Amino acid sequence: MVKEVMTSNKAVAEAVRLAKPQVIPVYPITPQTTISEYLAQYVADEKIDAKYVKVESEHSAISAAVGASGAGVRVFTATSSQGLMLMHEILYAAAGMRVPIVLADANRAISAPLNIWNDQQDSIAQRDAGWLQIYVENAQEALDTTLMAYKVSENPDILLPSMVCLDGFILTHTVEPVEIPDQESVDKFLPPYVPEHAFLDPNEPMSIGNFADPNYYTEARHDMDVAMTKSMEVIQKTCDEFAEIFGRKYGLVEPYKTEDADIIFVAMGSLCSTLRVMVDQLREKGEKVGLLKIRAYRPFPTEAINEAVKNCEKIAVIDKNFSFGIGGALYADMKVKIDKEIYGFIAGLGGRDITPEAILEAYEKTKAPENDVTWIGLKEE
Amino acid sequence: MDIPDKDLLAPGHRGCAGCGASIAVKLALNALGKNTVAISATGCLEVMTTPYPETSWEVPFIHVAFENSGAVASGVESALRIQGKDDVNVVAFGGDGGTVDIGLQSLSGAMERGHNMLYICYDNEAYMNTGIQRSGATPYGASTTTSPKGTASFGEDKPKKNMPMIMAAHGIPYVATASIAYPEDYVKKVKKAAETKGPAYIHLQQPCTTGWGFPSEKTIEMGRLAVETGSWILYEIDHGNFEITFRPEERRPVKDYLSTQKRFKHLDEEHIEKIQKYVDAECKELGL
Repeated sequence: MVKEVMTSNKAVAEAVRLAKPQVIPVYPITPQTTISEYLAQYVADEKIDAKYVKVESEHSAISAAVGASGAGVRVFTATSSQGLMLMHEILYAAAGMRVPIVLADANRAISAPLNIWNDQQDSIAQRDAGWLQIYVENAQEALDTTLMAYKVSENPDILLPSMVCLDGFILTHTVEPVEIPDQESVDKFLPPYVPEHAFLDPNEPMSIGNFADPNYYTEARHDMDVAMTKSMEVIQKTCDEFAEIFGRKYGLVEPYKTEDADIIFVAMGSLCSTLRVMVDQLREKGEKVGLLKIRAYRPFPTEAINEAVKNCEKIAVIDKNFSFGIGGALYADMKVKIDKEIYGFIAGLGGRDITPEAILEAYEKTKAPENDVTWIGLKEE
Repeated sequence: MDIPDKDLLAPGHRGCAGCGASIAVKLALNALGKNTVAISATGCLEVMTTPYPETSWEVPFIHVAFENSGAVASGVESALRIQGKDDVNVVAFGGDGGTVDIGLQSLSGAMERGHNMLYICYDNEAYMNTGIQRSGATPYGASTTTSPKGTASFGEDKPKKNMPMIMAAHGIPYVATASIAYPEDYVKKVKKAAETKGPAYIHLQQPCTTGWGFPSEKTIEMGRLAVETGSWILYEIDHGNFEITFRPEERRPVKDYLSTQKRFKHLDEEHIEKIQKYVDAECKELGL
């Protein structure tokens, strides 16, 4: 184990190096680009024994990833924003074909207006594709989660692809100290991928990606739902196993001072670091407030959330995405699954900083609500 | 030519009577043999051969979507080679829509990157799976459901996109045209493509009984007429060397080809004359 200072993009690339994928089809896009650059260099320097496929688009990146995974190897790809939108169709195909690809998404706003900065609309727009989505808070978590994602996705009971979501620039381009696990421990944690369900082997021919009529389609989709539900248990088990080997603990959610809190903030990704500081500041003023960080957005960890929020009165969900007429996606999901007084706040779109003032505004508006959903930090005319 | 006891595309699939696409695949797979992985774009071929839980494919097969078979094949090829499976043939099939229109970018990328694979475009000159809509490969004058003849229309008003030459412009080692009506020529080209190191592209004309409007027993005859009239020219470009691989003894007038198909039935003499001139020019250019 060594400790180095690096960006989350480098941390992801390090995790990929340790996970030893054999095919890496990837296309550059800001702010993911440095992941594709690090991996190209690792392959050029023989630090990874992989075929780096220099595809001509993100659509082809994910398409080649499906082909390679179907042919039985571990695969990695990464993208962001418009690139993820271009992949959209094949993200659904990948999940439906049950290929355990791991993809890192550098969360970035969607055009128009064209904007390269962070929010989470890109991955939220892929919410129903059948991918597991894990949102990370820092570079260490980006590295650790990428490794864990393979183990979960490749579990024979799951076989759904995973998306590791890391906030563009805030994480992808910010350096932090990161512990890099040694190869031996990673190999122990994550053995080579041995496909059981589908591989393109002339000695054992099978067809994958078939056409299914109404007699079969529903069951194929239902099987995915069963696997997605089951993945909660597998994620938790994988986190426990990871903690045993590497000492860092993760779960589906991460509660902070929630037990006696009257109001709990709920959010995903790097924003949770700011919220944790704000919780401490508010607590110093005698406010009973807590934070629930959602790591697994899909599967949606209803039970874990309920356990964490059971004692609170109100919940303030901060979303870096928006569904017109509804509010943030996490807010909407919470309203459906969690029986509490819940308020939604839209913030941090297109890279707008979510300041302590903005968080205080959300807090005050949860205490004395005016609307179900409020855009915070909006500029006056 | 050798006809194997057992085809690698099993019978009982859902193709139309007289379907040329199944002939295209059967001949290619028999030429390539069992040690092959097949990729298909969405289209007639995929839909008629892989209705879950059945499959006609006796070799491993993967389908992902309409516009990405070049990229899927790139992934398959990369995965096989990194595993040391260098002797496995990788063949991708796409219809004309999946190749010259929506799949062009993905295919271009695959060819440019130099994957050791063969791409076969089975060209039936329109989107047949969805009911005969025009594609970039639809020939001048053909009436389709989206380029219909009408009071102000004589059908498709642009000539066919020259896809094999676009592929040749990629500088890949092997490009050929072929026809299911000339199986020996086609099979020879498939074998040559498989032996070629690097990307190979075969543009295969495949008459479609349903979309072109001719009796289902005349599929091969139609393919022959196309070649005999010079409407479809059989050639190969092997490492830059261009060669016509079949020369009709005497080129028949295009009218013989056009008049036997419903899609061209509406054409008047003026348009037929125009098509004849177009074909003459193309034949002259290629030295036929």
